Amino acid sequence: MICVFIEIRDGKIKKSSLETLAEARRRADELGWPAAAVLAGSGVEKFAPELFPHGASKVYVIDDPSLEHYAPQACAAALAEMTAMASPKAIFFAASALGRDLAPRLAARLGVGLASDCTGLSVRDGKLLYTRPVYAGKALLTLEANGSPAMATLRPNVFPLLSEPAAAQGEIASVPVQIDPASVKARVIEKVSEDGAEIDVSEADIIVAGGRGLKGPENFTLLKELAALLPKAAVGASRSAVDSGWIGHQHQVGQTGKTVSPNLYMAFGVSGAIQHLAGMSSSKYIVAVNKDPEAPIFRVADYGIVGDLFEVIPALKAALIKLFSDS
Amino acid sequence: MNISVLVKRVPDTESRIRIRQDAPGIIEDGLNFVISPYDEYAMEEALRIREARGGLVRAVSIGREDASTVLKKCLAMGADEAVLVRDDLPETYDGLRTARIVARAVEKKFPDADLLLFGRQSVGADNAQVPGMTAELLGWPHVGVVTKIEWGDGEATAFREIEGALEKVRFSLPAVLSAQKGLNEPRYETLKGIMAAKKKPIPVITLEELELTAEDLAPSITAVELSAPSVRKAGTILEGDPVEAARRLVEILHGEAKVF
Repeated sequence: MICVFIEIRDGKIKKSSLETLAEARRRADELGWPAAAVLAGSGVEKFAPELFPHGASKVYVIDDPSLEHYAPQACAAALAEMTAMASPKAIFFAASALGRDLAPRLAARLGVGLASDCTGLSVRDGKLLYTRPVYAGKALLTLEANGSPAMATLRPNVFPLLSEPAAAQGEIASVPVQIDPASVKARVIEKVSEDGAEIDVSEADIIVAGGRGLKGPENFTLLKELAALLPKAAVGASRSAVDSGWIGHQHQVGQTGKTVSPNLYMAFGVSGAIQHLAGMSSSKYIVAVNKDPEAPIFRVADYGIVGDLFEVIPALKAALIKLFSDS
Repeated sequence: MNISVLVKRVPDTESRIRIRQDAPGIIEDGLNFVISPYDEYAMEEALRIREARGGLVRAVSIGREDASTVLKKCLAMGADEAVLVRDDLPETYDGLRTARIVARAVEKKFPDADLLLFGRQSVGADNAQVPGMTAELLGWPHVGVVTKIEWGDGEATAFREIEGALEKVRFSLPAVLSAQKGLNEPRYETLKGIMAAKKKPIPVITLEELELTAEDLAPSITAVELSAPSVRKAGTILEGDPVEAARRLVEILHGEAKVF
């Protein structure tokens, strides 16, 4: 069995968890194993029916008041109890902020390895293999787990949801857990929004990114306006734009920022340093707009416009407004 | 407060990576190596905490003898001492094995540590798992991807980055934190610091001294293959004036690529 940890954020199941569940189901089918989902929290059983169509044949529910607010030590302890009960052969998490925090704790608790931020899974000789970018995507590493259960986190936006809904119903199993409150030494006490309810680059379908060519912080407004016209779009930035203080580092794409895989990456005034290219070249489509026809970004772009972004962006906005008002 | 900062030697982010043919790994000849950039934020924060609250800053690296170059940098930045835990394996991409070594080094050699600071991830293996695993092995709390720390009396709060927001996390000491860009601006080494660092000895701890068993050191994960990602090719340059090129681009992205 492959178990997938399901993350609930702001009262909803995270899409990256459903992507992970879909991939677990595809690999489990290949191996002849079941795929299950795990919900952990307080009052989370109500989410179980949503998980069957996305690939779970069984949902384990860990319901404990101590899990109401995310406390990694408590959550890892609870998942370890669930693991002892259900003996899964593999446990997957989405490589979300929470998955990347919780999975290492659980892996250490179980004494098993972890394949972080995988972008590809495969089955060879009846074994799961995990492929993940290293050196920010300059190389791809394929790993095999030595212990059991195998553990992995899967990068958001890479694995498709199931093309056809799986079963409408399945089994729900309640997992009783004992959590010692004294073992919990860190607890989330508040969530602070940074600048409105922005979409993070790691979860966006479309990224409009700016670099030195934007010339100053005020011009990131142009990108924000463009992103606002597009569905599920976020604003990204090159390291030089971030280091110049034009926009916060949480927008940075590249080796010391975030490695992203959106459907569309639009780079405006980004020259394309090797660190930046490493962080975004797994995007499905890349568009580059730059005055310099020799800019390295054009070597990876599917579509390029050699020109002044201050002329191209308004023209793009006009064309998008026309498109969406016509359709 | 006594702080141990865990630092790693990694290929410079500007490097091109060449892949070995004989084993899953990279060719190190000709590569420029640096301290992992996120570890610099961890080091800087440790120095600032010491400046505000006193205590000792110790830089620790797990690796081969050549890891001492990044330890020298930490000394030059202002660390009080630096220690190399000698592990001669090449990059294994195995976070659990590293975490076991770090946790045991803390228990056996640095029991005075109140705080372990890491970078959020090394920029080579990109695993982002050693800080959390080390914390779990020690039974300590861990707050990762931290951009701000507030120290109160008897309790501390860290802000960690999540998707589109920050989480405020209250934690007790001893604790493990991992630093994200934005936490601070790392200082440069001074000439005086560099000269002093040259003279400072870097004690070496062996894995035998840590009494790690074969089981502790057994790989939790095996690298099967390291390959080059597929190379993207340059596509089409859309000609014409900006208005015409933009109109054509929107048409392609909507009609052919169907991305919106």
